[in-house]
Amino acid sequence: MNTTSTEVAAAAGREARGEFDVWRIREDFPVLRQTVHGKPLVYLDNAATTQKPRAVIAAIDRFYTADCSNVHRGVHLLSERATMAYEEARGKVRRFLNAASEREIIFVRGTTEAINLVAHSFGRPRLGPGDEVVLTHMEHHSNIVPWQLLCEEKGARLRVAPIDDRGELIFEEFERLLRPCTRIVAVAHVSNALGTVNPLRRIIEAAHARGIPVLVDGAQAAAHIRLDVQDLDCDFYAFSGHKLYGPSGIGVLYGKASWLEQMPPYQSGGDMIRTVSFEKTTFNELPYKFEAGTPNIAGAIGLGAAIDYLDSIGLEQAAAWEQELLAYATERVGAVPGVRLIGTAREKGAVLSFVMEGVHPHDIATVLDRQGVAVRAGHVCAQPVMERFGVPAIARASFAFYNTREEVDVLVTGLQKVREIFG
Amino acid sequence: MEELRDLYQEVIVDHSRRPRNFRVMADATATAEGYNPLCGDKVMLYLKLEGDVIRDVAFQGSGCAISTASASLLTESLKGKTTAQAEELFEGFHKLVTGSGAPDKELGKLAVLRGVREYPMRVKCATLVWHTLRAALKGERQPVSTE
Repeated sequence: MNTTSTEVAAAAGREARGEFDVWRIREDFPVLRQTVHGKPLVYLDNAATTQKPRAVIAAIDRFYTADCSNVHRGVHLLSERATMAYEEARGKVRRFLNAASEREIIFVRGTTEAINLVAHSFGRPRLGPGDEVVLTHMEHHSNIVPWQLLCEEKGARLRVAPIDDRGELIFEEFERLLRPCTRIVAVAHVSNALGTVNPLRRIIEAAHARGIPVLVDGAQAAAHIRLDVQDLDCDFYAFSGHKLYGPSGIGVLYGKASWLEQMPPYQSGGDMIRTVSFEKTTFNELPYKFEAGTPNIAGAIGLGAAIDYLDSIGLEQAAAWEQELLAYATERVGAVPGVRLIGTAREKGAVLSFVMEGVHPHDIATVLDRQGVAVRAGHVCAQPVMERFGVPAIARASFAFYNTREEVDVLVTGLQKVREIFG
Repeated sequence: MEELRDLYQEVIVDHSRRPRNFRVMADATATAEGYNPLCGDKVMLYLKLEGDVIRDVAFQGSGCAISTASASLLTESLKGKTTAQAEELFEGFHKLVTGSGAPDKELGKLAVLRGVREYPMRVKCATLVWHTLRAALKGERQPVSTE
């Protein structure tokens, strides 16, 4: 039997057993069907960005081909269609997060912009000298720097909850940082560098018990963990479209309406106003108050299509497959001589970070690239995590539901080549 | 594998593992610091100048095989050269790794880094220490950044 028919037979077997059919799903992602440096592409950089299914590409293409127009403005048919499609996408996001209302769904450029929006519009008026913002040691730079700048401006202080050697939050230490002067807790749902899944429910309960609101950086979680923002009771939840199989340049800030209503606009201009005169401007209602200027209409529509796609394959099934890949990769990569895994939390997203004795992660990534394997190498925008684990940089393989066990094998073979070259 | 060997030649792997002149120079007359914020590579370069002759060169830092080997090879190739000759080497080396001109025959051992030209994302690794050298010779205080 040749490889293809083996694959087909294997796929048929899995399907008969009701298992996740990764080979069929791969067909939905045109980018995966290519060779790089003469080798089949093995894309393991999904924590940086995910690939886009045909359905997302088609939705964007359809918008620009048939419906392209501005939203919330014209009375003509194309503008009506564009507005409907844009608002439908908002409805899909609301359902995806189980938010109470579409008024709580703000379209932004991505997670970074969402966090900046909250820091400026929510944090700035509330923060004063002596106040504190609590983060964890595993945050991405985009959930550190906006708060750091704000603290500097206001004479406030950043407090950082420590993590242990597995990369898990030390909850008791975190709890000890929650004080009457704490104005907000900003925490990653899943760490981009370590894969750690934070105990969000406990974090939120502990903060709320002291009247402290919580912002969740969901960039690494939204595509991999079923969300229910009402059940979680988070005050803000931020994520990016491009890490959820949607386009880049679109993201979402969920915020409780009770907070959003109190918050001043973040940016100002068109679409976010109700009336303008040279004396006074009144602002539009939610969510438009926070969407100044022409938004990324095609991006929002593409994100809506990505959510539909995820629903069609089943986020829970996809996540279960990713966990299977992670377990297999952890075992196989961990067994390569000289490899040290960075981030061994008991509950993890499908992120496998590691270093190799005597070989810099950039050299690992270059050797792997020539085998067709795309991984991330560097500080992955989490320099405090690098410092915590005493490494200048890491190599990171991150998985999506379209990855296969065979691809993990290619990664391992590639790492053996690294050993050959660097002895 | 063959392709990769063009980049990771024995000499490069050797220099990355056992970098030459890898030390702090207490009596340096010129120093400069280089940093690549994208990958975190850091290099501190020390020069001892007598007039316009480079009497001694050393470096410290952390980085990938390419950046470490490039720094190590630089220290070996600069000893006894004048600052004008160092500048010529910079030009020649830059052409070598970017593939923008015929490599200078005078480059000697530095020519082992020729393979870098096939890896555009890695050119900065090889040139970081050379930009740092330029800063040291000009007496610049700000750390050199590749970005």
